[in-house]
Amino acid sequence: MTPRRRRLFLVIGILAGVAIAGVLTLQAFRENVMFFFDPSQVAKGEAPAHERFRLGGMVEEGSVVRSPGSLQVQFTVTDFQQSVPVHYTGVLPDLFREGQGVVAHGRLGGDGVFTADEVLAKHDENYMPPEVSRSLKAVHPEGAPQG
Amino acid sequence: MSDFLSMGGYASSVWPSVVLTVGIIVWNVLAARRSFSEAHAEARRRVAMEQAS
Amino acid sequence: MDWTWFHRFGSPPHLYRIAGRLMPWFAWPTAILIALGLYGGLVLAPPDYQQGDGFRIIYVHAPSAWLSLMAYTTMALAAGAGLIWRMKVAHALAASCAPIGAWFTVAALGTGMLWGKPMWGTYWVWDPRLTSELVLLFLYLGYMGLRAAIEDPQRADRASAVLAIVGLVNVPIVHYSVEWWNSIHQAPSVMKFGKPTISWPMLTPLLIMFVGFTLLFAALVLVRVRGEILRRERQSRWVAEVVAS
Repeated sequence: MTPRRRRLFLVIGILAGVAIAGVLTLQAFRENVMFFFDPSQVAKGEAPAHERFRLGGMVEEGSVVRSPGSLQVQFTVTDFQQSVPVHYTGVLPDLFREGQGVVAHGRLGGDGVFTADEVLAKHDENYMPPEVSRSLKAVHPEGAPQG
Repeated sequence: MSDFLSMGGYASSVWPSVVLTVGIIVWNVLAARRSFSEAHAEARRRVAMEQAS
Repeated sequence: MDWTWFHRFGSPPHLYRIAGRLMPWFAWPTAILIALGLYGGLVLAPPDYQQGDGFRIIYVHAPSAWLSLMAYTTMALAAGAGLIWRMKVAHALAASCAPIGAWFTVAALGTGMLWGKPMWGTYWVWDPRLTSELVLLFLYLGYMGLRAAIEDPQRADRASAVLAIVGLVNVPIVHYSVEWWNSIHQAPSVMKFGKPTISWPMLTPLLIMFVGFTLLFAALVLVRVRGEILRRERQSRWVAEVVAS
């Protein structure tokens, strides 16, 4: 074959090799690449038992309980199929609220309670002016984007 | 105007972001032009040297 | 199939001339679109129902991230073409993309950190999207470093091209990381199949910025590639003629 065609195959070969290696590596380390586990994965026992991991989901409506006079707070993280209770002591981010996405870093206790040492708010990819959000909520009270 | 500058309380995030990005744009424009003009000047010098020799 | 047009682009004096003539056509629309986009995004667009005026960072963050990926893809494809077809101008093109892409990766990461602190509650996490974008920066720096470190220009071209091509796999990783893996970074609002999940008055300045940044990238590359060509071709006669005028 011509030298050029050989070079073309070399380039394709490099690309394919790297892509395959990448896919295999990522498949093998799936649990480590998962930035967070959702409550269903935790319920199925897929999350590490003795290590810190991240728990992600939505803050269940009505589940936030703050202890007056301290920074202690409890809330439930849900993916609308399973839920995990969370205890956290510390300042919560501005966007933390019920019905909002959250990613907590911490440990799952034997009692099924997740003790978090870091709580981050996660928001979705929807952007809209306040009046659009209000009219969406009026039409679909539960279905409006909660971020 | 002060509403605009305060960006609803997010001024410390929004304005540095804008300044950083605009700064990087300006830097890239200047650096690209300098990269070209230096190459051009260097080529000129070479030609002049070769003609002198 | 007549590939003459393609091979003509491979001619350094031809590309030098064309790049010089095209550049102003990109430069002015770039400036106007970016100015318009910034005004639309920072002043005209309504605040977000949740993030208020903080969401306006999107008008510099998302276009920078877009540019960082576009520049890398261009660089890798040009480097590949240089390797396969032994076109020196392709390597010149790839080298021109690198510093531009690196800077806008910095812009994407920096504006992202400034946005993350109030919204997520942290400047940084090692999540798939943020980490892969940081890897992109290292790839750019690696490409430029290899070029600087290798004396022989042809070997420098080839070695850096291999790195660029290997790193190309990172580009879909950056983009799809938020879909393939759980990530704290939200899914794309615009760069995806399906309806944008951002209201029109907010979307329009963003689209203007995307186009503006694309033209900016083209303009910057057109300027840089001419310098690259002059440096590579300095022994040749056409350069002597061109710089004498």
